[in-house]
Amino acid sequence: MKKKTSIVLTGVGGQGVITAANLLGKAAVNAKVGVFVSEIHGMAQRGGAVVCTVRMGDVSSPLLPSGTADVLMSMEPVEALRNICYVNKKTKVITDINPIIPFTVAVGGEQYPKVEEIFKELSAHAELFTVDALKIAKDAGAIITKNTVMLGALAASGVLPFTSDVLLETILEAVPEKYKDVNKKAFDGGMKAIKK
Amino acid sequence: MLFFFYHTQGNCASFTSMVLMMSEITEDKPGKQILLLGNEAITRGALEAGIDVATTYPGTPASEIADTFSAIAKEATRQNKDPGFYFQYSVNEKVALEVAAAASFCGLRSLTCMKHVGLNVASDTFMTYMYVGCRGGHIIVSADDPYCHSSQNEQDNRYYALFGGAPMLEPTTPQEAKEMTRIGFDISEKLSLPLLLRTTTRLNHARGPITLHALQQPRKKGFFKKDPLLVTVPATARAKHPVLLKQLEEAEKISEKSPFNEIITIGKPKDVGIVTSGVSYTYVKEMAEELNLNVKILKLGMTHPIPRAMCEKFISSCSSLVMVEELEPFLENQFKQLAYDIGADVKIYGKSTGHFSRLYEYTPDIVVDAFSKIFKVKTPFPKPIQSTLKAPRRPPSLCPGCPHRATYYAVKKAAPKDTVYPTDIGCYTLGKEPPLEIADVLLCMGSNAGMACGFSVATDQKIISFMGDSTFFHSGIPPIINAVHHNHDVVITVLDNRTTAMTGHQPHPGTPYDGMGRPAKLIKVEDVVRGCGIEHIEIVDPNKIKETTAAFKRAIEFKGPSVVISKSPCILLEVQRKRKAKEEIQLYQINQEICKRCKTCIGRFGCPALYFAEDGSVHIDAAQCNGCGNCAQVCPFGAISAEGTQ
Ligand SMILES: Cc1ncc(C[n+]2csc(CCOP(=O)(O)OP(=O)(O)O)c2C)c(N)n1
Ligand code: SF4
Ligand code: SF4
Repeated sequence: MKKKTSIVLTGVGGQGVITAANLLGKAAVNAKVGVFVSEIHGMAQRGGAVVCTVRMGDVSSPLLPSGTADVLMSMEPVEALRNICYVNKKTKVITDINPIIPFTVAVGGEQYPKVEEIFKELSAHAELFTVDALKIAKDAGAIITKNTVMLGALAASGVLPFTSDVLLETILEAVPEKYKDVNKKAFDGGMKAIKK
Repeated sequence: MLFFFYHTQGNCASFTSMVLMMSEITEDKPGKQILLLGNEAITRGALEAGIDVATTYPGTPASEIADTFSAIAKEATRQNKDPGFYFQYSVNEKVALEVAAAASFCGLRSLTCMKHVGLNVASDTFMTYMYVGCRGGHIIVSADDPYCHSSQNEQDNRYYALFGGAPMLEPTTPQEAKEMTRIGFDISEKLSLPLLLRTTTRLNHARGPITLHALQQPRKKGFFKKDPLLVTVPATARAKHPVLLKQLEEAEKISEKSPFNEIITIGKPKDVGIVTSGVSYTYVKEMAEELNLNVKILKLGMTHPIPRAMCEKFISSCSSLVMVEELEPFLENQFKQLAYDIGADVKIYGKSTGHFSRLYEYTPDIVVDAFSKIFKVKTPFPKPIQSTLKAPRRPPSLCPGCPHRATYYAVKKAAPKDTVYPTDIGCYTLGKEPPLEIADVLLCMGSNAGMACGFSVATDQKIISFMGDSTFFHSGIPPIINAVHHNHDVVITVLDNRTTAMTGHQPHPGTPYDGMGRPAKLIKVEDVVRGCGIEHIEIVDPNKIKETTAAFKRAIEFKGPSVVISKSPCILLEVQRKRKAKEEIQLYQINQEICKRCKTCIGRFGCPALYFAEDGSVHIDAAQCNGCGNCAQVCPFGAISAEGTQ
């Protein structure tokens, strides 16, 4: 059987989903693992929903079939729910707990479900891990390291075909010198959040 | 690396996607592997081929090809170095193609990239360019957008290759995109024909590992040797058309030998074949493996002209053929014709048998579903879960503090009820969404003002049209001249936000610098409009909502064509500028004692930083507010005021 790892990353335009996907891709290249990343730019920016896929190992396609994600990682709860089609019982869903309410709720009369309801639905179909990335990032020293927290959590989930150090190194390579320490703290914080 | 974790509450592609290391993409380290976006890989391929001149008009999903050239050139300008190539954001795609064609006539290597609909704009040039042919290699990149992720249609530009007679390559992965660009220049030069590199969103915006080749030194300056056959008067055109057909015969020979056309076997195939091209190949290969099929795959990378002999041989070796290509049956119809010509006894599955669609983008799910029907096997994947909980929609919207919102709000205050709003393409098209709903009809870039002219003839309703500043320079000027000449009673609005925002904030003729970061002549919209003969011009700052409303009232009252220029920079650029200059960004808050919950700010103005708390009170999300202060102006009770800074 061919070895493949499929990760779906979701969130809201501006949250850095594409950056996170790109870093995972770079980490795979650094680890000499095959990789394809797919992202959607354009209209998905300006506060729209964003989905990226990262596929590693013996893969040809940047996209994955429904129900085959190893991990669904979301920077926002309802965006995890929106992409539930990718999960199966064994999928690890890692989501930030802090909602960003879309304008369709205020203006269009749509409903944002209760966060607990979202989590109930997700854990009914997959293995759910919730992370308060905002709090962990604040504790680490900078809110902007939220995504590093999430990547730390992803590394700790054990699905990546390389060690968490490779990912951390790749992140640190990409940030300015003065942010290296906070990013390291944020990454560790994310890792701890998953190891229950 | 500047932009990493530069998380603004604004949501601009250019802040998050430029994680690219400039030094990496220009590194001369043959054999090294780096991760590149499909679009970046195309730029790298051009550098490896010694590109001399690159031109574009921006458009998703093509933008990052040119933006990468621009970033490299700007970095060189900053360091007072020569980037080795000339690059420009031209005024539109037609001009972009012509600028690069002239460079090719001087023997230089050139590249022109655009989104699929850009080729419609450049098509007049494109069609006759094939008759004339090129000298230095010229690659024209068309970025098609199946599913219309960020486009007004999903036209299949492979037909342009057939229509005009251009050789065409279709990459499958970022690595192949780089190689096809690099080798494409040689093919173009060998044939003296511009080559169409046809890509799709999933290739442009996919990242993959790239193995670097050596960089090639560009020539920089060429020489124009005169030749009467470059002047396409009727007699020349008649002489050149048969030459084009001859060149295409040569192209077919190249296609027969091209390593980009290959046969891949899965399992132990007998007489079942799959024909595919582009990104579809990646789904075909993986899904054929997952389903344990025994098939041979003819993967076509050079899809015009197709390698006829190779295809005929493949058809003859099969009793059934499955055609997998996104959008139109471009290959399918050609294969049917070939099968007929050679009298092959083969069953062809594809769009005509209903197994594949002419609509949208393909996915592994779509391919596996079709395969399971055709090959009568069960899909190995679980059924996708459908949630019982409904997620609220999250479409893109104008950013908090976007000046377009303020203009629209003012127009709605000034205009009578049945006013018709022809609009155009850019961020401002998002004014279509509630609560503004100020976009009635849109065809293509520049269409707003042309349609405004027509509406003014066909109805007595008031007409107020909208276009951005980049759109104005692209194709908005001729319809304004038309409005003047025929004295159409219209109000044409130019939303002058000092940038091409939607596609990633590229410069345009209204900015004081060019795509290489060099100073450039700034052309004022008002000067052009005046030169066109418009007599009633209003120039407003949309962040002064009362004055803007009054200006629109005057323009509406004016009999004849008027232009309102609504001038205020895109708030994302403004916030970026303030951060750089270490200026403070004002925040706004709602005084709950004064607020009467009339909902004007949310229900009519609709800045996405405003929200209702569970108790129904209205608040401003400080993390999203960009401090434009416009909500304070629209609140009828003065409940919103400046408080604190970011
Ligand atoms: C022929 C064509 N070329 C390019 C595009 C891609 N495109 C979409 S909007 C836009 C320009 C937007 O700039 P502007 O008019 O200044 O409006 P803004 O986004 O700044 O509000 C472009 C180039 C297109 N849709 N059609
Ligand atoms: S023009 Fe408006 S919507 Fe577009 S990026 Fe700028 S602020 Fe955002
Ligand atoms: S000041 Fe008001 S309108 Fe402007 S961005 Fe902030 S909340 Fe939105």
